[in-house]
Amino acid sequence: MSAMISKHVLEATGVVAGYRPELPIIHDVTMYVNAGEIVTIIGPNGAGKSTFIRAIAGLLTVTSGKIMLDGNDITGVPAHLMAASGVGFVPQTDNVFTTLSIHENLVLGGITLPRAQADIRIAEIYERYSILKDRSREKAGVLSGGQRQVLAVARALLNQPRLILLDEPTAGLSPMASDELFTVVRDLAKDGAAVLMVEQNAKAALRISDRGYVLAEGKNRIGGPAKELLEDPEIGKIFLGVRREKTNNRQKMGES
Amino acid sequence: MFLQHVADGLLSGAVIGLGAIGLSFTMKILRFANFSHSELLTWGAYFGLIFFTIAASLGNVFDAPIGPLSFGWGMFVALIFSAVATSALALLLHKLVFEKLNRVAGHMTMVFASFGVALLLRHMVLLIFGPNPIYYSNELQFAVLLPGNVRVLPDQVFLLGLTIVVVFGLHLFMTRSRTGIAMRGVSENPDLSRVAGVNVSSIINWVWIIGASLASVAGVLYGLTVQLRPELGFALILPLFAAAILGGAGSLYGAVIGGLIVGLSENLSVMIIPTTYKPAVPFLLILAILYFRPEGLFGERK
Repeated sequence: MSAMISKHVLEATGVVAGYRPELPIIHDVTMYVNAGEIVTIIGPNGAGKSTFIRAIAGLLTVTSGKIMLDGNDITGVPAHLMAASGVGFVPQTDNVFTTLSIHENLVLGGITLPRAQADIRIAEIYERYSILKDRSREKAGVLSGGQRQVLAVARALLNQPRLILLDEPTAGLSPMASDELFTVVRDLAKDGAAVLMVEQNAKAALRISDRGYVLAEGKNRIGGPAKELLEDPEIGKIFLGVRREKTNNRQKMGES
Repeated sequence: MFLQHVADGLLSGAVIGLGAIGLSFTMKILRFANFSHSELLTWGAYFGLIFFTIAASLGNVFDAPIGPLSFGWGMFVALIFSAVATSALALLLHKLVFEKLNRVAGHMTMVFASFGVALLLRHMVLLIFGPNPIYYSNELQFAVLLPGNVRVLPDQVFLLGLTIVVVFGLHLFMTRSRTGIAMRGVSENPDLSRVAGVNVSSIINWVWIIGASLASVAGVLYGLTVQLRPELGFALILPLFAAAILGGAGSLYGAVIGGLIVGLSENLSVMIIPTTYKPAVPFLLILAILYFRPEGLFGERK
């Protein structure tokens, strides 16, 4: 890894990636995330949002472009080395080990740390998320959707990552659980981590974000401050459900 | 007579259980049915023989029998030697065959490849050691009479005791060590394990090492209490699969309990059916468990 002076925690430049090298799904995507910043990627289904985030996490082959973490080139670094490099990834589904206990999930999260250091980090996690401490011996499979997400985030935090990647963290959660999770995400950024998030619940995600990117057909379309994206009528129409809300309103008026 | 069959069933079940643990882990973590696993038992037994031959040529330093047992301290060194050698063989097969195939082919190809590897391993034993049965020791042992008119050899009691110690040790490894927890994590979700920082390739090596070590222990114990012959593993293949399927893929205790059930069923069956049909019992158990509880007794229901 070659170190360079960079003000960005994550800097992805011209990334081309996919599940098979000959069939790229994302094309020439460029974006950055700074420390203490929450950045949300929005876009229609199949836009390549999750593919991009999985490529950053080292789970997919990057065929072209560069991914820098704190000025270090991490392009092509295998997923199991990413955790030690400072990247924490929370997948959209199956993001906890349901057959392992909550404590064992955390042990795996800290597997790249020396044992004594991992034990200290687990104790800190228990202090922060008391629900995990209270139920540490229970199987993760018995947790509710929201509690599982908290465990998944906690597992990713064990290594004190500089960059946290969240793939649709509120998928399948109740509105209350989603709000609680967004509070957790905000706290992560407050602590100085860079957060890159893919989220279907685009409006809610942009509300807690500093900036956003719009991805469509595997390409960067628009990027900017989250507030501007929220207020942009075109983006609202296409990606934030404004059109659907208007249609629903029209239908309701017709019905009445 | 009934109690004697129960004792014999428990003893053969212990060997089957030990052998089935590795097979069960391979099925769950590597996601294919490895038909060459039983040949690791054969090789484990013959690696034990190689050790005893070398030890004999050096003057039998470990040869004085311990109490009523037919063997001396050399047996423990032989078990370690055999475990190391069988693990090396398993890792070699993994690197040369299964790892490469896993990258380019489907699971069915892996299964068929394991048939080929099994044939190769079996015939190598035949070629090197010949077809005749061999014994580790020519010491004569007298059976111990237990309550209920049950007769067992001291070596068989040792077999049962060692199985309990090995299973307990493995339980501690799987639940207390980070490698053991990572193995369980990889068996559930390899991708999530990767992003957590687990080196999945290294864990897969551990699966081969543990599976092969247990197979070698089972092979040496089988050789100790029965005899060594090139078809040793081949004869156990059905009982091993029956135990692994019965217990549920990936379950440590499932494999052991599955092994004991298979051993007991085989030995008790001779009370009601002719001995010739005894090998059919594991078949029936496989069919029954697949029909009524496909995930096995201790497997995770999907």
